Amino acid sequence: MFQSPLRKPLIEGTKSYRSITTDIIDPMMNKPGKLWYFGVTLSGAAMMFGLFMMFWTVWQGIGTWGENRTVGWAFEITTFVWWIGIGHAGTFISAILLLFRQKWRNSINRSAEAMTIFAVICAALFPLIHLGRPLLTFFIFPYPNTRGVWVNFNSPLVWDVFAISTYFTISLIFWYVGLIPDIGTVRDKLKKGFKKSIYNFLSFSWKGSARDWHRHEITSIMLAAIATPLVLSVHSIVSMDFATSVLPGWHTTIFPPYFVAGAIYSGFAMVLTLLIIARKAMKLEDYITVDHVESMNKILIATGSIVALAYIAEIFISWYSADEYEYYNLVNRVTGPYNWAFWIMIICNVVSSQLLWIKKLRTNLAFTFFLSIVINVGMWFERFVIIVISLHRDFLTSSWTMYKPTIVEFGLLIGTLGIFFTSFFLFIRVFPVISIFEVKSIHRISGEKKGKDLISNE
Amino acid sequence: MNSRNYISVFFSDEEPLLQAVRKLLASNETILDVRSPFPVHGLDKLLSIKRSRIPVGGFIFGALGATLAFSFMAWVFTVSYPLIIGGKPYFAAPSFIPITFECTVLFAGISMVAAMLIRSRLKPDIRFVPVDEKITDDLFVVLIDSANGKTTLEKIRSALSDIQTVEIR
Repeated sequence: MFQSPLRKPLIEGTKSYRSITTDIIDPMMNKPGKLWYFGVTLSGAAMMFGLFMMFWTVWQGIGTWGENRTVGWAFEITTFVWWIGIGHAGTFISAILLLFRQKWRNSINRSAEAMTIFAVICAALFPLIHLGRPLLTFFIFPYPNTRGVWVNFNSPLVWDVFAISTYFTISLIFWYVGLIPDIGTVRDKLKKGFKKSIYNFLSFSWKGSARDWHRHEITSIMLAAIATPLVLSVHSIVSMDFATSVLPGWHTTIFPPYFVAGAIYSGFAMVLTLLIIARKAMKLEDYITVDHVESMNKILIATGSIVALAYIAEIFISWYSADEYEYYNLVNRVTGPYNWAFWIMIICNVVSSQLLWIKKLRTNLAFTFFLSIVINVGMWFERFVIIVISLHRDFLTSSWTMYKPTIVEFGLLIGTLGIFFTSFFLFIRVFPVISIFEVKSIHRISGEKKGKDLISNE
Repeated sequence: MNSRNYISVFFSDEEPLLQAVRKLLASNETILDVRSPFPVHGLDKLLSIKRSRIPVGGFIFGALGATLAFSFMAWVFTVSYPLIIGGKPYFAAPSFIPITFECTVLFAGISMVAAMLIRSRLKPDIRFVPVDEKITDDLFVVLIDSANGKTTLEKIRSALSDIQTVEIR
């Protein structure tokens, strides 16, 4: 088998097929450590707090939020866009990197896809809460109401419903198709009993036949091919919620590519946050190596630079367009009452990722972990800047106002973070966090070459 | 499968498996199936597995999704309830594109996964028992048809004597 002399191995240490299986499955089968209990308690508490705030919102009404007549969209839509954006990295890793045959993705794609699903669930909660009356959610589905009027298919908000539900469905089945062979592995490792029956059921009686593998591979690559334009379309449509309006600061043709780049940027930051914890907690240092972190950091440089260019383009155009409202919006962003949010955004998004040009920093795990959190804070503020700063100075000066979030709104953000991390903690106990069969298939080409050691030493 | 009707040869890696498959095919044995912990490349060609037509199915269903979504929206806004929204024409084709695209992807994706599950007979079944529990771990198996009466254990053993096998049974 050909081994590139130039590239470093993707998996460290001398592994056999057997040891790959046990390395990945054992931390899942064994009793969880203290760190896991600590994490799940903390995130579970955050989740309960958020669920209570959701209940409070529905019980009391939207009046518990800080929104007013001028700033009608603020904290929740910011958080919604933020979560959708985070989801995008998972699809980027699993679909786009698969199409480009980036083999290093094989150790991180499973957890990144899981992250996508949980992030989209968190995001999808917001439109439900936004309505104030979740029981009337069915209003957004295409059916004629009592007067025979349908939903407005010309509205980006309706496009959003289709985009996000399609995105969730496709991500979920893509993830599950990849899981089937690995659930089979877990099934065969378990001793007879109730647990084994469950995994047997979930594995869809996977037998590893050559024909099944053939179909599995073709289906995966085809799903990747359709998920690639899908992921680009989803955030484009989310950005059109703003871009199709006539509000200065929103009414911008640059939004779709700018939002997609920002989404992948924040998503990769979240993948790094999760994986740097997971590799330590589950002892997967041989599979998720510093090289993986470095590769992801390089993507952070690329997408972070695109985001920076988008900021520059926005600033330039608001001056160049000679539109006094656009120009005022820019001045207000930089010097207005919310300028602290603008500067947080610039420092966290533009300045921070440029530090990664230094090799010492991008191979440093502690620094990367810190930076990944900084970037996500910055990306949250990016949406806040776009949404709130553009709204709070109305066309009529008499309507100018300020927006202040309430504890309920912070609770919703904390609560979705809780839902996200709790789901992830449960996921790593139930399913293999690394795609076992994909790691095995790259092992001979990219493992540390040890000739005969590859054959199980039993 | 009845255990008398097939002979299984176990390997510990893909290299000897491929050699053995070549050898067995040269001596006119019928290979029922090959099972492995991960896709073995080059095997499709040897076993002359035809390229799956799942993508074709995906294309057909994707086209169906696109047609349904677009014509549905056109019908709603021109026939069922023509409504002027923001001064735009009833048949505002460009703004139907996003939903049409999403439905295309949805139909294509679901149909391909469904086709894969149906064609490979993958279904939830708690009574399923694999040929060997190590196949999903580190064992590679070739199942040879022995129902014809001519293929015997000894014959296979001698044919594969110079290839590293784990077990032949």
